[in-house]
Amino acid sequence: MPRTFSRRDVLKASTALALTLPAIPLRAAAPAAEPVTPALIAAAQKEGKVVYYTSIDLPLAEKIAKSFEAKYPGIAVRVERTGAERVFQRVGQEYGSRIYAVDVVNSSDAAHFIAWTRDGILQPYVPEDVAKFYPPEHKNADGLYASFRVGLSVIGYNTTLVKAEDAPKSFADLLDPKWSGKMVKAHPGYSGNVMSATFQITRDLGWDYLEKLAKQKIMQVQSSTDPPKKLALGERAVMVDGNEYNALILKEAGQPVEVVYPSEGTPMAVGPNAIFKNAPNPNAARLLQSYMFTPECQQLVIDVGALRSVHPQAKEHAGRRPLKDIKVMKDDAAGVEKNAQDIKARYSKIFGV
Amino acid sequence: MTVTASDQPVRITHGFDFTKLVLYGFALALCLLIVLPMSWLVYYGFVDKSGAFTLQNFITLANDPTLREPFVTTFILAFSTSLICCAVAAPMGWLVARTDMPFRRTVRLMVTASFVTPPFLGAIAWELLAAPNSGLLNKVYRMMTGAESDAVLFNIYSFPGLIFVIACYTFPYVFVLVANALDRTPGELEDASSILGGGTWVTARRITIPLALPALLAGALVAFLQAMTLFGSPAILALPAGFHTMTTKIWSLFQYPPKPELAAAASLPLLILTIMLLRAEHMILGRRSYAVLGGKNSAPRLIVLGRLRWLALAFCFIVLLNPVFLPYGALLNASFSKVASQFVSFSNFTFHNIYFVFFELSATRLALYNTFVLGIATATIGTIVAVVISYLTTREAVTGHKALGFLATAPVAIPGIVLGVGLFLSYTRPPFVLYGTLWILLLAFLTLAMPAAYQQMQSAFKAIHPELEDASRILGATRLRALREITAPLLRTSVIATWCFVFVGTIRELSAAIMLFTSETKVISVLIFDLNESGDLAAISVLGIIMLIVTSCIVALANRLRSGGGNVRLRDN
Repeated sequence: MPRTFSRRDVLKASTALALTLPAIPLRAAAPAAEPVTPALIAAAQKEGKVVYYTSIDLPLAEKIAKSFEAKYPGIAVRVERTGAERVFQRVGQEYGSRIYAVDVVNSSDAAHFIAWTRDGILQPYVPEDVAKFYPPEHKNADGLYASFRVGLSVIGYNTTLVKAEDAPKSFADLLDPKWSGKMVKAHPGYSGNVMSATFQITRDLGWDYLEKLAKQKIMQVQSSTDPPKKLALGERAVMVDGNEYNALILKEAGQPVEVVYPSEGTPMAVGPNAIFKNAPNPNAARLLQSYMFTPECQQLVIDVGALRSVHPQAKEHAGRRPLKDIKVMKDDAAGVEKNAQDIKARYSKIFGV
Repeated sequence: MTVTASDQPVRITHGFDFTKLVLYGFALALCLLIVLPMSWLVYYGFVDKSGAFTLQNFITLANDPTLREPFVTTFILAFSTSLICCAVAAPMGWLVARTDMPFRRTVRLMVTASFVTPPFLGAIAWELLAAPNSGLLNKVYRMMTGAESDAVLFNIYSFPGLIFVIACYTFPYVFVLVANALDRTPGELEDASSILGGGTWVTARRITIPLALPALLAGALVAFLQAMTLFGSPAILALPAGFHTMTTKIWSLFQYPPKPELAAAASLPLLILTIMLLRAEHMILGRRSYAVLGGKNSAPRLIVLGRLRWLALAFCFIVLLNPVFLPYGALLNASFSKVASQFVSFSNFTFHNIYFVFFELSATRLALYNTFVLGIATATIGTIVAVVISYLTTREAVTGHKALGFLATAPVAIPGIVLGVGLFLSYTRPPFVLYGTLWILLLAFLTLAMPAAYQQMQSAFKAIHPELEDASRILGATRLRALREITAPLLRTSVIATWCFVFVGTIRELSAAIMLFTSETKVISVLIFDLNESGDLAAISVLGIIMLIVTSCIVALANRLRSGGGNVRLRDN
């Protein structure tokens, strides 16, 4: 078989090159930004639909879909929401059998994009906003993906079951025997957000922290959207991890939920967006991808979704602690990518599921 | 024409017997349906990643405690469930079929209601009822006793909780089999017993119960297998409790990176276990003939319970509280409540959940459509196939009929999720590329429905003595004509029952669907499961109520058709 150069080889080669010749620019510039043109809109309208696989909370996903449909009539958005790890599994399964159903993808586990890049199935496309406004650490150098949203995994508690002064302030506080049997936690095998959080917690606090935590009779749920909802129901008093945004939405709707940013640092997960090379609706995919990074959509991400945006023009929501004031744990998609298997296996062993 | 009385079967030579052609066609289809995915499973069980033969998968299975424990758990689960189901369903079936207990029809209807309830929906409803802190029952308990705010009466996230919930939705299988068997038991045998001096209880003990025993044993078996292969309830209740059953373990083996070889290896011992169970059943029942519906029968007599009838009714009511009244109440409550775990009141009554499901959730309409298309197609095709196969096996019409019967029963041994994977492996590559279409789900549902449909039809066929067909054929009818004019009318009740059986079984199927769906082919059960994982209990309640209403309507309609068609029980006239 003739030897072909994969992207990986090129990367290796460029790294080697970078080591020896630091003065030379490392690689060609990212593909130029592609503005939304009338031609693109027309082509997208001709396709008439676009399929979005995502792990953001369903109401937010549907809201974004509706606002896109209102802006570009005639293009229906079909949202497929499931946990980030399931999104990854689903894409893998479908691509494995050459079914190309997905146009645009979002996952709260940035490591997935490293894997997809390695498989060479992503389509380079740089929306105008990404080129102009996004900080370099939030966009892929080859123009394959950019950070659609940033999510935090926070500690939370039910305000009718726990008084503010008794509430845990840190991860260490959660080991207090008084929380035994009272905590709920999501699963890294399902949730990308929790996968990132588990990586960061075990990196910063060590695996023995989780081993101690597992002795606290934790209620194990799947999605990181679930623990805040279990708090609101009053099923558990405290959540170990879970989406900040769900907790904020519930709190702002008057539910007895309060958010705690742990003193050790709050685990952070970046959720990029990308288009697939084999997208069945390539033009509508580009249009949706462009739309998702506009200040308009990013403001929805903040206002409706209570998520964090890295678009500098998107405004922080009044009454929520701004991202810059929160001590976060450092996110490291490459580290997650490398350790994901080990994390899932060790986690299952420790927590039994 | 001469009729020989030799022990050779009578061969009818006049008129071409189309039956054989039909028979072999069905046999071939069934082989494809079942053998193909099973072969892939076996293949995957014995190869490593590169495709070379290995036993490593089984060694891993035996050595890894996280893989071994779920087996033990599952076995205990299935055994306890089966036991509870029999203990509850047998007396209920007897009360309904053979006594003068009041509201017998209503009780039957209610059991049907628990039967049409998807087990995963029941499990979610029981989360609402008996989650240790937010569960409605625990709240009521704390309210009534003034107990501490963390006092817990029921904890559904536990092993007993799981057994309880599974039994709630498995006992109808036993009930239906027992009640039907008792319905069919001819009155003469009991009359004879009475004439010979046997009292009510002696007759029950010596005549009725032994005649119902095969059905009870079959029911116990079905309950065992059902509990063993169930996926939804353990996924919903066992994972939060921190343990795995075999099905959830296999499912987790398909999470990234998928380990189909381990999953295949894990499912093979179960397949063997099931085959052994089926063999055992055959050995217990095989020696006797239980054909009770012959040419001459009379209606069974009802036992007069006297004052005990109200006690009996109370028993039935308490049993039905668990699978029907309480869960439905909880779902209805959650549909209209702002917070699923709070009782509806003026302050938190809302229509938002309903609005959300129908107007904001973009997946609802497609999922409803897919579910009903698949339900109707599976029920129709499945019933036809089951009728043909049962005919072939009970009448021993073709050589190899035993293999056919085995094939039709075999899927009972395959957890839906594993079958899903088998199908996934079989139909994602040429020549059959079906993944991503509704066809692959149809195949999965057909295969999964086959054992239940086959067993229903087979017991119906067994209960019709071949003398009726023989008479027709002696008079010159071909096999097909005998089937059409004699057997078919006698089977109408069972056919309708089987259709309903398969339909409700299909629209609530989750475990295979969860492996085989794509965004285009999502069904309601998968949608509900997704919603459960993200904790959207209110949306689930709305969807669940819709599902229950639709299925109840179909079952009621089928019941009406059945009674409108006249009483099919043969009378002595």
